[in-house]
Amino acid sequence: MDDKVRAHPYIPNSVPEIKRRMLEDLGVAGVEEFYRDIPEELRLRRPLDLPEPLRSEHELKRHVAAILAENQPAGKLLSFLGAGCYQHHVPAVCDEVNQRAEFLTAYAGEPYDDHGRFQALFEYASMMGELLDMDVVNVPTYDGYQAAATALRMACRITGRSEILVARPIAADKLSRIRDYCKPEISCRLIPCEAGGARLDLECLRREISPRTAAVYFENPCYLGPIEIRGATIADLAHDAGALCVVSVDPISLGVLAPPAHYGADIVCGDIQPLGMHMQFGGGQAGFIATRDDPRFVMEYPSRLFGIAPTRVAGEYGFGDVAYERTSFAAREGGKEWVGTAAALWGITAGVYLALMGPHGMREIGESIMTRTRYAMMRLARVEGITLPFYDLPHFTEFVVNFDRTGLTVRQVNDRLLEAGIHGGWDLSGEFPELGRSALYCVTEVHSQDDIDRLARTLEEVI
Amino acid sequence: MESARKKLGLIVNPIAGLGGRVGLKGSDGAEIQRRAIELGAVPEAPRRAREAIERLRSAAGRFDLVTCPAEMGEASAAACGFAPAVVGSIRPGSTTAEDTRRAAAGMLRMGVDLLLFAGGDGTARDICDAIGVALPALGIPAGVKIHSAVFATSPAAAGELAAAYLLGRAARLREAEVMDLDEEALRAGVLAPRLYGCLRIPYESSLVQGLKVPSAAGEAASLSAVAAAVAERMEEDCLYVLGPGTTTRAVAERLGLRKTLAGVDVVTRREVLAADAGEAEILRLIRGKRVKIVVTPIGGQGCIFGRGNQQISPAVIAAVGRENIIVAATPEKLQALGGRPLWVDTGDPETNRLLAGHVRVVTGHREEAVVRVSG
Amino acid sequence: MNPELTAIRGPIVKPALRRFHQARWDEPIIFELSRPGRRGILVPEAEPRMKAAVGDPMAGIPDNMRRREPPRLPELSQPQVVRHYLRLSQENLGADLNIDVGQGTCTMKYSPKIHEQLARLPEVADLHPLQDEATVQGILEIMYRFEQILKEISGMERFSLQPRAGSAAIYAAASMIRAYHESRGEAGRRDEIVTTIFSHPSDAACAATAGFKVLTLYPDDDGYPDIGALKAALSGRTAGLMITNPEDTGIFNPRIREFVDLVHDAGGLCFYDQANANGILGITRAREAGFDLCHFNLHKTFSTPHGCGGPAVGALGATADLAGFLPVPLIEWDGRRYRLDYDRPESIGKVNAFYGVPPVVLKAYAWVMSLGAEGLREVAEIAVLNNNYLLRKMLAIRGVSAPYARGRHRIEQVRYSWKQLADETGVHSEQIGLRAADFGVHYWTSHHPYIVPEPCTLEPTESYAREELDEYAAILAHVAEEAYNNPEIVRSAPHNSTVHTIDHSVFDDPEKWAVTWRAYLRKHGVKQG
Repeated sequence: MDDKVRAHPYIPNSVPEIKRRMLEDLGVAGVEEFYRDIPEELRLRRPLDLPEPLRSEHELKRHVAAILAENQPAGKLLSFLGAGCYQHHVPAVCDEVNQRAEFLTAYAGEPYDDHGRFQALFEYASMMGELLDMDVVNVPTYDGYQAAATALRMACRITGRSEILVARPIAADKLSRIRDYCKPEISCRLIPCEAGGARLDLECLRREISPRTAAVYFENPCYLGPIEIRGATIADLAHDAGALCVVSVDPISLGVLAPPAHYGADIVCGDIQPLGMHMQFGGGQAGFIATRDDPRFVMEYPSRLFGIAPTRVAGEYGFGDVAYERTSFAAREGGKEWVGTAAALWGITAGVYLALMGPHGMREIGESIMTRTRYAMMRLARVEGITLPFYDLPHFTEFVVNFDRTGLTVRQVNDRLLEAGIHGGWDLSGEFPELGRSALYCVTEVHSQDDIDRLARTLEEVI
Repeated sequence: MESARKKLGLIVNPIAGLGGRVGLKGSDGAEIQRRAIELGAVPEAPRRAREAIERLRSAAGRFDLVTCPAEMGEASAAACGFAPAVVGSIRPGSTTAEDTRRAAAGMLRMGVDLLLFAGGDGTARDICDAIGVALPALGIPAGVKIHSAVFATSPAAAGELAAAYLLGRAARLREAEVMDLDEEALRAGVLAPRLYGCLRIPYESSLVQGLKVPSAAGEAASLSAVAAAVAERMEEDCLYVLGPGTTTRAVAERLGLRKTLAGVDVVTRREVLAADAGEAEILRLIRGKRVKIVVTPIGGQGCIFGRGNQQISPAVIAAVGRENIIVAATPEKLQALGGRPLWVDTGDPETNRLLAGHVRVVTGHREEAVVRVSG
Repeated sequence: MNPELTAIRGPIVKPALRRFHQARWDEPIIFELSRPGRRGILVPEAEPRMKAAVGDPMAGIPDNMRRREPPRLPELSQPQVVRHYLRLSQENLGADLNIDVGQGTCTMKYSPKIHEQLARLPEVADLHPLQDEATVQGILEIMYRFEQILKEISGMERFSLQPRAGSAAIYAAASMIRAYHESRGEAGRRDEIVTTIFSHPSDAACAATAGFKVLTLYPDDDGYPDIGALKAALSGRTAGLMITNPEDTGIFNPRIREFVDLVHDAGGLCFYDQANANGILGITRAREAGFDLCHFNLHKTFSTPHGCGGPAVGALGATADLAGFLPVPLIEWDGRRYRLDYDRPESIGKVNAFYGVPPVVLKAYAWVMSLGAEGLREVAEIAVLNNNYLLRKMLAIRGVSAPYARGRHRIEQVRYSWKQLADETGVHSEQIGLRAADFGVHYWTSHHPYIVPEPCTLEPTESYAREELDEYAAILAHVAEEAYNNPEIVRSAPHNSTVHTIDHSVFDDPEKWAVTWRAYLRKHGVKQG
């Protein structure tokens, strides 16, 4: 190192004198000695060609902030985007807790030295258990896509069958994930919607279900927004055939809508991003899986399951892994699927969110969203040229808007809306061509009446 | 804590190991014992037992100790400060294998949670006769030569493991082999061990993530998976020479066949052609047929040919061919090797060389381990 | 004036080992703090005009689909929630708090705070993933630039940042290997993946999940992956090799190129699990070793915080031949703007929602930008220096050994064995770890199965000062001495942690286990308050 090099703030022993003394202690001439077992032909004998470093924190911040300034966050404009990632209010306390360095930098300590992390995740699972009315909830997996894919493979393992029936409508990307994940041994069949409709075709389901079916999967609300009110019928159909009923649900709806366990779901899954996570360009996702407390089900979870236990001191709570043997940590390829780092911090955050909201808050937010969604539908239905194809169905948070009669593509409508500072709904033309030129509009508790009226007025102007 | 007080049974075989120091192989039989004492032998087992019991002090007050009178346990326990319950009666100074068996049977009836015994292979066989796999057991090594896999690595380790097990802090249970070494033959210079039976022992002490209630769930599930994997690949018109052990027995059970635990059986997918066959019978049955051998490491040391399955002789191996040998073992069994290789000792250096190298071991459904075999 | 206090003269001198005690709040479960009527936050109500226009929002929903009973969530006021969680936060030993060299393979380096500030800017936090691309050019640029950085560090041609952690990347790699063989009509035939016992369990588990048969190589006497075993494992059924190097023992396999060539000769692909990249940044690369695929854990090597177990990113790289199979979308620069490219017909599709975890990518990018090529080199070298320094101190402790590769240096971590101490004292590795917690440090043994007996895996990284390494070694030396001279205190540890010895027996008993508070109340006959 030449003498203009200064120690790097992140590397305490990079002070030349300290480094020298450590090498001396080890009786080694230079660090190169430690790499001598790496064959020469594998050595990179040139410096990495990387950008010049920004060694002062000020310069780094300036550089990154300048790039980020190119972004126009939806949160600053008016946005009606949803489709799997939702703009809800994030309580300040949620950010406060997940910024704490003690949580942020903990990882895989034992239940003794990381007791707080175990308790926080146990409490998250417990609160989700109340929301879902189920006794077992996993430590979060990557996102709702993975949760659904794993839930379906669990169903196959539990029933010993290898076919799953998936209700359209579902996000194309999510279906892609499920298909890829099921590829090895499981066949995945799509049950279409009723003609021109958004609801699962029950008659078709009746025909397709067979003794080979491991699970019937549907979402509530479905991807297009309508609430699937025939949940009990679908679950019965599944059970009559010896199959399981797997439902993916939006957790923030469960203050007002029945948890799927109440209408017969055996495995419930979904994404907890709405419960206290900023959108973060998709970075706030985390998946949950829940079942009843039946060893047949419990033993099929790949994720960690944190349980509560006594300690040798009366009145003290301890925690640990339930049925650890089933995981890949214990059994490598003999475990169920795999387990690893996923999204634990978001699980803790969702716990904070649910604790702040309580039963009343969850009811209020559900009612607030349902009211706003219905109002937005009513208001947009009055816009000339727009139709709402599923208007008569009850919806939660999202609904389909059709622009066929405007002569414009969704892309064109959205471009014009953007010029007016509004992010229009997600373009469904590619995923659901049978819906024509349609978009998925999302309304949550953050949309005021003025916001919705402004959308309607702007649409009236641009169409 | 909520768990009820555990009961620990303790049986010391006072004459185990008697012959060793004075150069006699083994200590079975009153005659050998008499000669050993004449030669100045001092009983080792009680001292070893005390070393183990010392380690139990960490759990003192949390379990109840039950043992036999005088030199079969009471003396060792008292020397360590315990006040055990004493059951049964013996004739001090002339204890026999029958005393061991009777004491063990008594402890089985009493329902002790763990039976800790001090002795050697012979003692292990006596315990095995009495309790089989009905109770968890663990051996304090005190014999002359230990071939069985049911002993801890040292008396101290035995005490530690027993304590951990009693406190609910440790241990999955697994079946471990008890070996039968013919001592007459041994004194004549012939090493011919046989698999005698199994005991269920705690085999791993793990205090944090692996910490489990004693349950065979882990290894039982693995065994089932290995058996299924092997059974699945067995072909219709082929003979299989199944070596001894619980793994091969599990394979046979999977096919609905009965198999001897300690013997070599020749089977097809549908029927048993010969049970507990000797070399000659095996050679006769396999001549001219498509045949494969299925073996599993016996005795906890990682030996796949030469300990307990000498009937699968060099001649049999030559007739079958190395490529038709299937080795099966649970991951737990491979782990117990601690990174050491598998090995063979067929008695024929040429055959040993042929078998040495690397082998794919079936460890479960669509899982194999590739392990070194040393000759 | 207290005479004892006045008797103290001279400067205050700290003892050799700190008298640590972890925060112990004996905090109830949050449900126990609940009182009916308390609220932590209020929700915006719909305006009266909206409500009037809509009427009953639940109209059209049959009774059986409505929530009849409110969920039994706890009811607390806001300061109580804050207090409860902050107390829990204190009951952890995160890397920011302890000398976290004990979590070997996890690379518990410093997570710079400036990154947190940047990642929480609204320009990141409030971006919706489906916003018009024109409005998210900034974050796309960050992700694109970071891909270029990873390409240079690894020599790979393209990267996907979509997998949401290391194991997700490993699974995606297995999926890509399958897709590759499918494209050549060989999927049915090539169904075996080879890995090693010292690679991360996910290398085996993800391959198995992807439908492969898994062949695990056991090590040779020196602790290297056994090349003879590899040869015995390869055949016309080989789909690929998934391997870590250096492995979790900290030993670099010098024959790795031979391994890769043998697998290629057999028609398989090679995936490089670079979870253990920290000691070799700028020293050796995936490309020169011949790998087809590789991945990096951004939350390990690239400093992003571990978050109690995520969120995280597993960046997945591929050579030009394999790049077509990477998950969609990739990020392209067309000379004027950044685009999400979905037009990749051979892609395995999506492995995770949206584009992965962009804030984590941002932090990793900022880290590399603050270090540059020389800085990364320094990271690797100091991580290796620190590791070998700690190795020498560890070997001076009674009862410790570093099995395998005797006389050779390790790279960035070491798997030690306490076997000698265990044989001599009856004290086990886990117990040493729990007693070390009494001095405020962590400790990790090994993945299962324990091939190395009584294992202990330490990885200092570049982030800890010499004095901190000295302290860590001193703690373990002290505990080792206790094992020999006062074993009871070690066996009954921890004493200064948040909780005491946990009764694990309930965790495997379906009658007793409880993953939620409601299950606990039900099974253990406790009345809900």
